[in-house]
Amino acid sequence: MKDMDSVTETAIEFEGVIKRYGDAVAVNGLSLSIRRGELVTFLGPSGCGKTTSLRLIAGLELPTEGRLLIAGRDVSRDPASERNVGMVFQSYALFPHISVLENVAYGPIIRGVKKPQARDKARTILDQIGLGGLHDRLPSELSGGQQQRVAVARAIVQQPDVILFDEPLSNVDAKLRRRVRSEIRALQQEFGLTAVYVTHDQEEALAVSDRIVVMEKGQIAQFGTPEDLYERPASAFISSFIGDANIIAGKVQSGRFIGAGLDLPVPGDAGAATLSIRPERIVLAAGGTARIDSVTYLGSRMEYAVTSGGLALLVSRPITEPRFERGDAVQLQIDQAGVTRLD
Amino acid sequence: MKQFDRASFGWLGLLLLSVLVLPWYRGGDLGASALGEGLGARPWLLPVAVSAVLLVGLALSVADWRRHAAILPLSIAGLVLMTLQGFAIGLNGPLMQGISSIYPTAAQGQPGIGLGGLLTGLALLGLISDALAARGFCRGERFAAACVVIIVALLSLFVFFPIVKLGSAAFTDADGSLAIAPFLTRILGADLWGLACLTSRYSCGVVINTVVLGVLSAAFATGLGLALALLVARTDFRLKRTLRAISILPIITPPFVVGVAIIVLFGRSGVVTAEVADWFGVRPGRWIYGLPGILLAQVLAFTPVTFLVLLGTLEAINPTLEEASGTLGAKPFVTFRKITWPLLRPGIAAAFLLAFIESLADFGNPIVLGGGYDVLSTKIFFAVVGAQYDLGNAATLAIVLLALTLAAFWVQTRWLGRASYVTVTGRSDAGLAAPVPRWVRVAAIAAVVPFVVFTLAIYVIILFGGFVTDVGRLDLTPTVSHIWTAFSFEIGAEGLRLYGSAWDSLITTLWVSALSAPLTMGIGILTAWLVMRQDFFGRRAFEFGTMLSFAIPGTVVGVSYIVAFNVPPVDITGTMAILVICFMFRNMPVGMRAGMAALAQIDRSMEEASQTMGAGGARTLRDVVIPLIRPAIFTALVYAFVTAMTAVSAVIFLVSARYNMATAYIMGRVENGEYALAIAYSAVLMIVMIACVALIQFAVGRRQLGRRTELQGAAAAQPAE
Ligand SMILES: Nc1ncnc2c1ncn2[C@@H]1O[C@H](COP(=O)(O)OP(=O)(O)O)[C@@H](O)[C@H]1O
Ligand SMILES: [Mg+2]
Repeated sequence: MKDMDSVTETAIEFEGVIKRYGDAVAVNGLSLSIRRGELVTFLGPSGCGKTTSLRLIAGLELPTEGRLLIAGRDVSRDPASERNVGMVFQSYALFPHISVLENVAYGPIIRGVKKPQARDKARTILDQIGLGGLHDRLPSELSGGQQQRVAVARAIVQQPDVILFDEPLSNVDAKLRRRVRSEIRALQQEFGLTAVYVTHDQEEALAVSDRIVVMEKGQIAQFGTPEDLYERPASAFISSFIGDANIIAGKVQSGRFIGAGLDLPVPGDAGAATLSIRPERIVLAAGGTARIDSVTYLGSRMEYAVTSGGLALLVSRPITEPRFERGDAVQLQIDQAGVTRLD
Repeated sequence: MKQFDRASFGWLGLLLLSVLVLPWYRGGDLGASALGEGLGARPWLLPVAVSAVLLVGLALSVADWRRHAAILPLSIAGLVLMTLQGFAIGLNGPLMQGISSIYPTAAQGQPGIGLGGLLTGLALLGLISDALAARGFCRGERFAAACVVIIVALLSLFVFFPIVKLGSAAFTDADGSLAIAPFLTRILGADLWGLACLTSRYSCGVVINTVVLGVLSAAFATGLGLALALLVARTDFRLKRTLRAISILPIITPPFVVGVAIIVLFGRSGVVTAEVADWFGVRPGRWIYGLPGILLAQVLAFTPVTFLVLLGTLEAINPTLEEASGTLGAKPFVTFRKITWPLLRPGIAAAFLLAFIESLADFGNPIVLGGGYDVLSTKIFFAVVGAQYDLGNAATLAIVLLALTLAAFWVQTRWLGRASYVTVTGRSDAGLAAPVPRWVRVAAIAAVVPFVVFTLAIYVIILFGGFVTDVGRLDLTPTVSHIWTAFSFEIGAEGLRLYGSAWDSLITTLWVSALSAPLTMGIGILTAWLVMRQDFFGRRAFEFGTMLSFAIPGTVVGVSYIVAFNVPPVDITGTMAILVICFMFRNMPVGMRAGMAALAQIDRSMEEASQTMGAGGARTLRDVVIPLIRPAIFTALVYAFVTAMTAVSAVIFLVSARYNMATAYIMGRVENGEYALAIAYSAVLMIVMIACVALIQFAVGRRQLGRRTELQGAAAAQPAE
């Protein structure tokens, strides 16, 4: 019984998927599985293969090697039209020559629903998504936010196995981004959709995701929950890509990390080691051997560049704490929770 | 579980039907199918029939047949078997050694393929494409895969195969066996390369003639085009609008009509000749026949094209550059020489090459005005049509012409890159274009005024010459007698009866144009879509292949079609089909360009959205692409139609007594010296054409007739006549 459950629980499975364009490798051996009803984000710098991974799920590209399963079915050689996937494009990709209603009813009609029923379905979704009354407009007569909602409505009207978002906030005003992303998240949870979301913005990824795939050069750098990634980064790349980090090289000897003027308890084998220390987990106190090199006021926080024993460290403190000036002598206290040994 | 879809059963059903029931040969009966004939007197069809039946049987008995390992090899084997037998056994028996020992009855030969053979081929191609799509070809998109496979097959059959046949014809001696010697004799002959004209009264070789004409004609046309473009883009010259209008005329003018008008003006009994003879007391001469006449006609015909190319270049030059130069204190002349001229040079090279290629391919003007001045295109024609019927010679000459043209194209792409095909660039509205120096302006006007006067005179003759008694002798009494000879009719008891000698050709022309225009547009737009939007193995080669069909001169196409299609397996000479097919593949690049330009403007994610919503390629094309590229469809349709009505070089080889085309008919009248009739018919043709274009416009529902830029792009993309 348990086995059956785990099969149906898996919405999408990548098995060693490789996608090449000529000699260039866009996706290089991706293996991961996405559970039903979760929102997984592909995060990474530009050109790392996020969009390609998304298009592989949609069927807009086919893998050069490896297998891809959606809802337990091998779709590696199936074109987009034979999969049941909804996609919200970066440019929304609404059909400009037909009305909002026809845009949303298009999918059901293609899949064989009679026109009146398809339109009813489209109306229901549009109303649910807060676009009642705009049915007969052309897409060009809507605001950007409304267009995006139409795109979402169009993608979910057919109850897809998975809904895909490619950088959905890139065409949204900076001020509205926070609201739109929580709307997307709420919608995904309300409809119980499996969703794959692509972004290059780590804050956005942390905010919307159940789990995050961090990609680097076509490969998975780490796959885990936002907490996993932030608190237990697997590599220097992850810890500096997600949030800020001080990366420090040194040695571990009998349970303590020695190096660059630091002496911290660190578990694990003795030998060379690299640590990641989160800047907000370093507490500053007046008096000591460390010196403040520069001070940056960020409104809600203060950022200090501190030198301690020849080591440059970034420290981030809430604005509510007492402030220091450039040149002040300070003492560092490093919270264990902010320290990760990387290798 | 994946559902069995209609499309796959379609191909399988079609295969079964065409192999078991439909007549394999042209003109055969129902039941004289591959199986029927194969079991009877023509056992070489049996392997085709058997492999087809096996294929269908296998497909129906396995799950997910498209991915079954044996389907693709079996379909390819079927196609290969079919092709092999077609080329191995000709009309009068075996064409390959050893066939008789396998099939003793092969001696009776076989006619060309008919409906059964055609549809068997189509169904096999369909199955191949399905199997390929199942392996990820075209991202698994079956409609696109089918289009790619079928278009590749069509291009192979109607573009490459004729050229290959042409090549082999050039290496064949009088009794049909392979021989290098005659080819070498022909291709090295003095009649090709001779330079006698330099030292004696005798004429030079035909290649020399062709190249000399091409260079002169391109040089003059480019110079004039440049003058026109400078006047329009860089001065306040008052005739700008007229100039732009004139530039569109050649597109709707049959290529030899200008030649005819020139004869009417300057021929031995021409209007001007007679006047000059009167005034100066000289004997009217035949000087216009030969190089001067052809040159004059070609310059008039090609200048509008060079004008459009150069106008595009000039308008694309960012005026702020020139402005900056002016602000820095440079004199207009210095600005022109240092800024404008270098930026213009690629455009000038493009215009020159374009005119050169047009001149190489031009057949209409040399045949009308040639006199003793032979060029390759006319020589090819006379080798096929004349008393000397010598296909080997025609093929050799055609290869030389093709090589010259391809060399020019190669230079063009090499120097100017792909961008030169589409000279249309967004116009930068910033800043004011610098005026040209005074002397440039004066020189341009001096060149342009005679051109405009000439062109107007010629079009006056074309429009009215057919409706006066004898325009050549300046007898301007209005008459409809010429037109009546061509288009007399009677409405009597039996209804409308058409007596005139030209009706047949006009009706055929309309049919051929009406049939070929949508087909040409369809294949052009479809190919554009495949090239722009699909991802498949060999896409580059595919694109190159389609461009190649554009580079082949009309005369070469004509000869190659005769060589390729007057014998089985595809014997279609003398039918209307060959005319339609010829236009379809010659003009498809125009539709392709228009389609590619339009698709480049459209975000492809709309199509992808449609696909993720479950629409296959065909549905996406219909619901999303076509509504958005309507203007390109209009352009493609109009050009396909108009070119089919006005082209002469390829069709003159392919017309038959039964299916004669208007242009071929008019050429015949010109040869007989019936200039008035020829002109009258040309005018009628042009008027009919304009009416049809209006009709197409109405049907496609385009509010505004092609913007100038579109016409411009298309004019530059017209196949070499
Ligand atoms: N159609 C394509 N042809 C060739 N290379 C491509 C194509 N699409 C993507 N690539 C390459 O693959 C890599 C990954 O691209 P993409 O998935 O778009 O990255 P991301 O979305 O993470 O920025 C890039 O290096 C890109 O240049
Ligand atoms: Mg991307």
